[in-house]
Amino acid sequence: MSAVTLDHITKTYDKGKVLAVNDVSLQVEEGELFGLIGPDGAGKTSIFRILTTLLLPDKGTASVRGYDCVKDYKEIRNRIGYMPGKFSLYQDLTVKENLDFFATLFGSTIEENYELIKDIYDQIKPFSDRRAGKLSGGMKQKLALCCALIHKPEVLFLDEPTTGVDVVSRKEFWDMLKHLKQQGITIVVSTPYMDEAVLCERIALIQNGKIMSVDTPDKIMAQFPVKLYAIKADNIYHLLTDLRSMPEIDSSFAFGEYIHITLKDAGADIDTLQRNITQRGHTHVDIKLIHPGIEDSFIRLMNQA
Amino acid sequence: MKVLGYLLKKEFRQIFRDKTILAMMFAMPIIQLVILPLAMNFDVKSVNLAVVDNDHSSYSRQLIAKVGASGYFKIVAAEPSFQRAITYIEREKADVVLEIPPNFESNLVREGKQRVGVSVDAINGTKAAIGGNYLMTVIADFNKDIPINTGRNRTPPAGVIDITYSNWFNPLAEYRFYIVPAILVLLLTLIGGFMSALNIVREKEVGTIEQINVTPIQKWEFILGKLIPFWVVGMIVFTLGLLVAWGIYGIWPVGSFVTLYVFAAIYLVALLGFGLLVSTYTNNQLQAMFVAFFFMMIFMLMSGLFTAVDSMPPWAKMIANLTPVTHFIKVIRTIVLKGSGFADVQMELLYLVLFAVLLNGWAIFNYRKTS
Repeated sequence: MSAVTLDHITKTYDKGKVLAVNDVSLQVEEGELFGLIGPDGAGKTSIFRILTTLLLPDKGTASVRGYDCVKDYKEIRNRIGYMPGKFSLYQDLTVKENLDFFATLFGSTIEENYELIKDIYDQIKPFSDRRAGKLSGGMKQKLALCCALIHKPEVLFLDEPTTGVDVVSRKEFWDMLKHLKQQGITIVVSTPYMDEAVLCERIALIQNGKIMSVDTPDKIMAQFPVKLYAIKADNIYHLLTDLRSMPEIDSSFAFGEYIHITLKDAGADIDTLQRNITQRGHTHVDIKLIHPGIEDSFIRLMNQA
Repeated sequence: MKVLGYLLKKEFRQIFRDKTILAMMFAMPIIQLVILPLAMNFDVKSVNLAVVDNDHSSYSRQLIAKVGASGYFKIVAAEPSFQRAITYIEREKADVVLEIPPNFESNLVREGKQRVGVSVDAINGTKAAIGGNYLMTVIADFNKDIPINTGRNRTPPAGVIDITYSNWFNPLAEYRFYIVPAILVLLLTLIGGFMSALNIVREKEVGTIEQINVTPIQKWEFILGKLIPFWVVGMIVFTLGLLVAWGIYGIWPVGSFVTLYVFAAIYLVALLGFGLLVSTYTNNQLQAMFVAFFFMMIFMLMSGLFTAVDSMPPWAKMIANLTPVTHFIKVIRTIVLKGSGFADVQMELLYLVLFAVLLNGWAIFNYRKTS
């Protein structure tokens, strides 16, 4: 049995005018660390809200651990932990009071499942008498995770947990997720950051409410159908506009100091390309064949759609 | 039950932690009760009067002296012409101009009747009406006493009905007796209507309601967890209000406390239902504030808090009867001032129970955990 199942889920807002989730079907297996990867407004939060029984889908069915998200919402609420993208704990209650509060709502106590949150809670314990509103961003996020875990959920939903968090805290956070996964908790996490995708076991790439691909990050990257080149020159902006006007170039996108390009003709010769570019007045032209990343796959899938 | 207990604990903790709200809830009502009845007063004590005496006779002087001695008027000017006197009204120096025509005395004696001119500044309607009335009374009184009417060779006028009246339940017709019970109502209305609406909407605005909604907590637990704290606060404020009314104005309810508290309790439930209802239709505190304020204004102004419902046009009376405030004000006034027993106000109790059930039922129906 899959931990989470979405079957042809569609959700619209404003009486059907805005299509947020478009016929999405996917499955998350037991004990998996699953990533929902997509830019802002792709429909990630809507999917989370449907799975956490906060939102009713227009069409399709969804279930969590076999319980239907509409009919059995009470069962689901006992079994899941949800951490919304926006910090939504009581800012005027202290760290400990917040934790106590949510433990009580689930008919549990902090002590009962302390083992599970110990590693995380230990980091914020020195501030347990501080009001949640006065915590730093990273600590708020740790507290929110503790509150979502306090009743030992079977499935944990984390909606953009690392948005607006510094690089070190982000890394720490993913380490915590791996640790939780080892304890058998199924984790569904969403993120707009492509570099975090590789930290998940399986990912779904989502754009405009539609799933473009579901697989392991390695396979998605391996499925990149053509050769990918990185190219740079002294005047990078000029180079990009030139590349876009050249007939043999299929796609070109700026990636930091390089421009990633694919060619229309798979057998095309790099040297010819380099000569063509140099002829246009570019200096220090450097072209190399590279392995595609998730972002390359994402952009390619996005353009195909 | 354990969950509800913890919800209440959390709610009270938050109320007591927010010093501004706490001060608002307890200090403001008391200050209102201290200031408003003293400031709001329909008793007109000093009407500024400008006099134009075109006659300068002994009768005209007597009349002016009588008006001045009545205690209600302050003669601010004596002008030779009406045109000059009216400028006092224009400059808001005077409220009323009394004009005595030339040959006032001789015409009065010769023809047995005379007219005087009274011009009233009607911008302040109450003062104008009351000031005008006072002046009429003084003139009528003067009229009765002048020799021509008490006259030597005249037969006394036949069958004059002399009216004497007394004010029951408020012997001196003092405004504070009218307004203090009303302010008690105002307090409960503010606590019940505003605080509950804003508090629940805040959970929506901050997003905590999302977090609550994914827990197995029951609908009724959440709602009761919100209503009970404000109900308790409302009852405490009501008690404080009664104490202030007694301490400062010496107003001690004539009727039974049990009846009073039963009504206050049910009224609060109704108003909390109203607050809950507002919160289900709004998404942030600003919206809730405006919606609640809109209804509160109508409640306040139509309920007979400041003006009597009985003198409203029929359609307005109907609206007035459709607000719970109207019924509660009526009950509070009759119990506090008149000592009405339960039997006298049971219809009002029925109304309030109806409001409580209706508003809460509607609110709960409209409050959904899943959208």
